[in-house]
Amino acid sequence: MKREALVHRRCLIDWGAKQAEAVLLSGDLTVACEADGFRDTYPDRFMTVGLAEQNMMSFAAGMAREGLVPLVHTFAVFMYRRALDQVEMSIAYGDMPVRMFGFLPGVTTPGGPSHQATNDLAVMRSLPNMTVVEVGDATDIEGLYDLSREVPGPIYFRMLRGEVPRLFPNNEAMKLNHARTLSEGDDIALLTTGVCTEEALRVTDFLRKAGVGVKHLHVSTLKPFTDPKVLEAIGSAGKGVITMENHNALGGLGTCVAELMAEHGIGRRLVKISTGDRYLQGANQGWLMENYGISAPALVQSIETLVNDDLGFSEDQIIDARDSDFAADNQLEAL
Amino acid sequence: MSNERRSNWLRECQRIADAIRRRALTHTVVHGGYLSQACSSAEVFGLLYGHQMKLGPSQGPKVPPLYEGWKESGDDRVAGMVYNGGRAAETDRFFLSPTHYALVLYCALIETGRLDEGALDQFNTDGSRMEMIGGERSPGVEVNGGSFGQAISQAAGVAWARRNQGDAGRVFAFLGDGELQEGQTWEAVMSIADMKLDNMTVFVDVNRMQCDGLTETVVGMEPLDEKFRAFGWEARKVDGHDIGAMNDACAETRSGKPLVVLAYTTPYHGIPLLEKRFPNLHYVRFKSEDERAEYKEAAETMNATR
Repeated sequence: MKREALVHRRCLIDWGAKQAEAVLLSGDLTVACEADGFRDTYPDRFMTVGLAEQNMMSFAAGMAREGLVPLVHTFAVFMYRRALDQVEMSIAYGDMPVRMFGFLPGVTTPGGPSHQATNDLAVMRSLPNMTVVEVGDATDIEGLYDLSREVPGPIYFRMLRGEVPRLFPNNEAMKLNHARTLSEGDDIALLTTGVCTEEALRVTDFLRKAGVGVKHLHVSTLKPFTDPKVLEAIGSAGKGVITMENHNALGGLGTCVAELMAEHGIGRRLVKISTGDRYLQGANQGWLMENYGISAPALVQSIETLVNDDLGFSEDQIIDARDSDFAADNQLEAL
Repeated sequence: MSNERRSNWLRECQRIADAIRRRALTHTVVHGGYLSQACSSAEVFGLLYGHQMKLGPSQGPKVPPLYEGWKESGDDRVAGMVYNGGRAAETDRFFLSPTHYALVLYCALIETGRLDEGALDQFNTDGSRMEMIGGERSPGVEVNGGSFGQAISQAAGVAWARRNQGDAGRVFAFLGDGELQEGQTWEAVMSIADMKLDNMTVFVDVNRMQCDGLTETVVGMEPLDEKFRAFGWEARKVDGHDIGAMNDACAETRSGKPLVVLAYTTPYHGIPLLEKRFPNLHYVRFKSEDERAEYKEAAETMNATR
């Protein structure tokens, strides 16, 4: 998998050039959230408010009331957990055009539960007026500016940093509320988001060869969740539906899909692959994915359950396929 | 106290501090890491674990068992606090707020016989409870602190409960100066004074550094001692590398008031090589093999002259 470094850092500098009203706020994690390029290029439009996230969220809302577009950067946990009331009452309730960039989703950091955002999609999705978007690759990250221009209210971006994969063609930008179709098939509808899309792609070739028809969609917009493509894929899945996400079992992509299925009366089996109803621990991404159940073998197993067949993959084949080149985040500065 | 006794424990605390730096540097040469935190806080940890805190013997295995995460429940859980002696009416308790200092704490536990030195091999490895950012199952860690400003409030709750049940033991909390920017810290500071929790002692590592650089360029906070005094605390500003002075700061009577020791430190104290990277010291990742070699040489010199 081709990987590129510091994509968001580069995009932020472009963002600043394109949008004069954009200002950037950082909670003492400027380099850690790749905001240092913006800081150095537009020092007058950058402020670090220190370790004071509650203040930062309400402060950003105040700036937005004056016509600015605050790009707020910190780790996701310090937004949706630490400063949730401020996000709700200062930003979401007033429908302020604040863009929140939350880093370190779930398994992407060895920093332990204090740093791992494992239920941010559930929380942010439940806020009225909030748009929720998760990136899965470099092309997704490059699409954030255009997407942002379409949304008048607040947006929560679930971000990746450091070395990110390039999974999608760079001329096919992410679109709001549009899933990407990655493969066609009518046995299984597979919906993945974030780093799980890359993980699923490691085995979808195998599955094709084994004769399982998988319609694979990469979902980046978690709210709104009204893409007709998604509904259609679920409705035509002969053997069942699988969701796979780097998130807690409750309230993320799996829940979005379950709600949609119930609301439309689609009677299919749904397997939700998630990190479960539990906190993670401090370890590397590959290990966490394996041990908390969101790795490629877990996907193959779920498919075998749904098609009621042993697909005949040896464990070695799967392990080889998922031999990961994830950047070990403990090599990155700043947690 | 006789001069000789004083010099004995002082020597022991300094020995612990020196060993913390040496171990942290040796580890960093191989893995990179939070080295400046060891430089700034080694004497504070030396004093706390070597003399000031009255801790019972460790009840934890010297080489910690693997961390089973969510699978551990109830009695299976090996709480980090057992390495500080667990709960007893007469003994003190320790709360580490910036759990990014976990490596420093683990080294202090090794130097006081609470952990085997081989345990450090597990540091920040998959499936180990020797986490890089310690959690409450990590040796010596009682609460999850890494989200700043929460440990002092939790420690205050413990201090209130202990006073209520008549415990003689005290409650120590260790904070970084960056987290004095968090609102919750000052909510805690205000209520601790209001409740007259004089069984609480807070040490702040005022190394004047945070992730983005110098605290004064991020959000200036001085004068810290006056802020604490205005909130009703006994505040002592001391050289955080002077173990005797910090100990004296703890000794004076202060009936009815919580105590904060503002330990002013240098983030490259004892490892002058680190000064070259100033002020980007939050996490040391070597930019070249040459740089790593320089640190390796410094570590070898340090290990040879111990």
